[in-house]
Amino acid sequence: MSSGNGIAIDVKGLTKSFGGREVVHDLSMQVKRGSIYGFLGPNGSGKTTTIRILCGLLTPDSGEGTCLGYDIRRDAGKIKRKVGYMTQRFSLYQDLSVRENLEFVARLYGLTDARGAARDMIKRLGLSGREEQLAGELSGGWKQRLALGACTLPNPQLLLLDEPTAGVDPKARRDFWNEIHALAAEGLTVLVSTHYMDEAERCHEIAYIAYGYLLAHGTVEEVIAKSALTTYTVTGEDLNGLGAALTGKPGIDMVAPFGTSLHVSGRDVAALEDSIAPWREKGGLHWQKSQPSLEDVFIELMGRSKDNFQ
Amino acid sequence: MSAVEHPAPRREIRERLGFLRRSYAMLVKEFIQLKRDRVSFAMIVMLPVMQLMLFGYAINTTPHHLPSAVLLQEDSDLARSILKALENTAYFRFIHEVHDVDDFDNLLKSGKVLFGVEIPRGFERAVRRGDRPALLVAADATDPVAASAAIGSLGMVVQTALKHDLYIGDPPEMPFEIRAHARYNPAAASSLNIVPGLVGTILTMTMLIFTALSVTREVERGTMESLLSMPIKPVEVMFGKIIPYVLVGFVQAFLIISIGVGLFGVPVLGNLVLLALLSTLFITTNLSIGYTISTLVQNQLQAMQMSMMFFLPSILLSGFMFPFAGMPAWAQYLGECLPLTHYLRIVRAIMLKGATMQNLHFDALALAALMLLAMTIAVTRFRRTLD
Repeated sequence: MSSGNGIAIDVKGLTKSFGGREVVHDLSMQVKRGSIYGFLGPNGSGKTTTIRILCGLLTPDSGEGTCLGYDIRRDAGKIKRKVGYMTQRFSLYQDLSVRENLEFVARLYGLTDARGAARDMIKRLGLSGREEQLAGELSGGWKQRLALGACTLPNPQLLLLDEPTAGVDPKARRDFWNEIHALAAEGLTVLVSTHYMDEAERCHEIAYIAYGYLLAHGTVEEVIAKSALTTYTVTGEDLNGLGAALTGKPGIDMVAPFGTSLHVSGRDVAALEDSIAPWREKGGLHWQKSQPSLEDVFIELMGRSKDNFQ
Repeated sequence: MSAVEHPAPRREIRERLGFLRRSYAMLVKEFIQLKRDRVSFAMIVMLPVMQLMLFGYAINTTPHHLPSAVLLQEDSDLARSILKALENTAYFRFIHEVHDVDDFDNLLKSGKVLFGVEIPRGFERAVRRGDRPALLVAADATDPVAASAAIGSLGMVVQTALKHDLYIGDPPEMPFEIRAHARYNPAAASSLNIVPGLVGTILTMTMLIFTALSVTREVERGTMESLLSMPIKPVEVMFGKIIPYVLVGFVQAFLIISIGVGLFGVPVLGNLVLLALLSTLFITTNLSIGYTISTLVQNQLQAMQMSMMFFLPSILLSGFMFPFAGMPAWAQYLGECLPLTHYLRIVRAIMLKGATMQNLHFDALALAALMLLAMTIAVTRFRRTLD
């Protein structure tokens, strides 16, 4: 039925305000089935609100659209059966054991043999031996894994993951992303919000949202290309002094230190080159024109959106 | 991750009986949470037992060993017999024998004694002459209930005792008059009346608080967001949260009534099955009201306050503390809106008067109506979204 068009999420003009403050502004997006869609943006940018609208937890003030082919306004009940939502804060029952939490979810969705389903999921999650442990006593990484297990248990078609890897160690993070790719390979659509650039680069498509506005979307390459940002990578002596001297000069939109190098970026190539010319002639520094990183693009987008919307 | 190596078999989702299935899921979860909350679990048994023991024994209007004084202005055999008779009832304990009016007054004023008997000079002689002299009795009126009950018992006790005395045969009238300084009040509330009332009061309090916190707890622990994103309906959440406590309430009611019968000797004259059925109805009504409260408030503190706002009038206006018929009309109307009012009539009537359903159908219907009203409000007020 809904799989016909190959689009899992298709929304237009979503707007949502809380107490007169617009948190999501005229947001439109499309997510292909079976893809991993990264949702990026600073804190308070409206990512969580958007995700909650998509799974029927919030009603948009205006705008419309479909999720898995169901109308997000009218068919919230049907959407809930087919969507797994992993909340930002751990929201399983802390005073229930791993097994009891999974059995609760399995029963609630009406799975045949809830006990068996929970047992299989425990095995799949690698939680065997911990099934009787209370969920509240698990470490951060295990909690996150359990939460993912709970929302994939009823075989959803779409996963909405709200900053699933916040506060999780790098090894657990890598395992988590391998799992997400495995799920996508099985045909699941995944929408995941994150702060981490390396995670953004593991998504098929990304969207950047700041202050309720969706500022850029597409594949990582497309987003970088569309930014029209020129970046120079500088290495050498006294980069701190150079950074301070360049900040605010015409044509220079962003100066950011990256370890032993400095990224100097701007949209206006001519102005940028004029501004850096005096330092290029000086010795002791190595200047190289480079491809801007995703992080450069986002920091620049964030800086720009701040000027425009705040 | 292990997922890649061991893909789990996909399981079917059944739509049939979804309502029962989801309510059951919720119910099992609530039971486990209750079981794990050791303090609450202990309270289920401790609360009713403690309250019943405390109030059952404490709220007792029959005097026991009231500290008393006697002012003897003559030392006759008759005076001694009267004192002996009074002491034998166990109502009074004469700790002071004085011969001076001022001493007598001071003892009462200081609160060292709550009760005093004055036998005036020439008492015995007056009795023999048939003058019906006055036996003066003074009671500490700061505790009017205890005092009036003590005075009430006085006449009978003295008369019975004096039958055996030489001076009096079997006269149609008392040979002397008892002149009391507090008025007799025939309302003799005792454990017979208190215990059935306590069943209702204790159940109201425990049931209300159990469910009043249930929804706000989910919100405050952050589990509500997850719960709302799953396909469960407000009615199913409600049933899942109420049903475990119906059982809890049933256990509590059983405990209270058992203690009442076993320890306080309260009879159950009526049908036990009828009592159990109507008690269950009352328990469910209170749970529904508690649950309604939890859908109306923002946090646990508000839930507690609102429960108290409901609980206090229940105690004061239901006929538990004060006679229902003695209240002004507006208070009676208010009282009719409280489940406890109806349950008190039911439980007292079944236990003490052996009433049947025929006598009680109005109160049973009223309870059912209040329950449905509460449930309707709860289901419509339950927020399906986080808006």
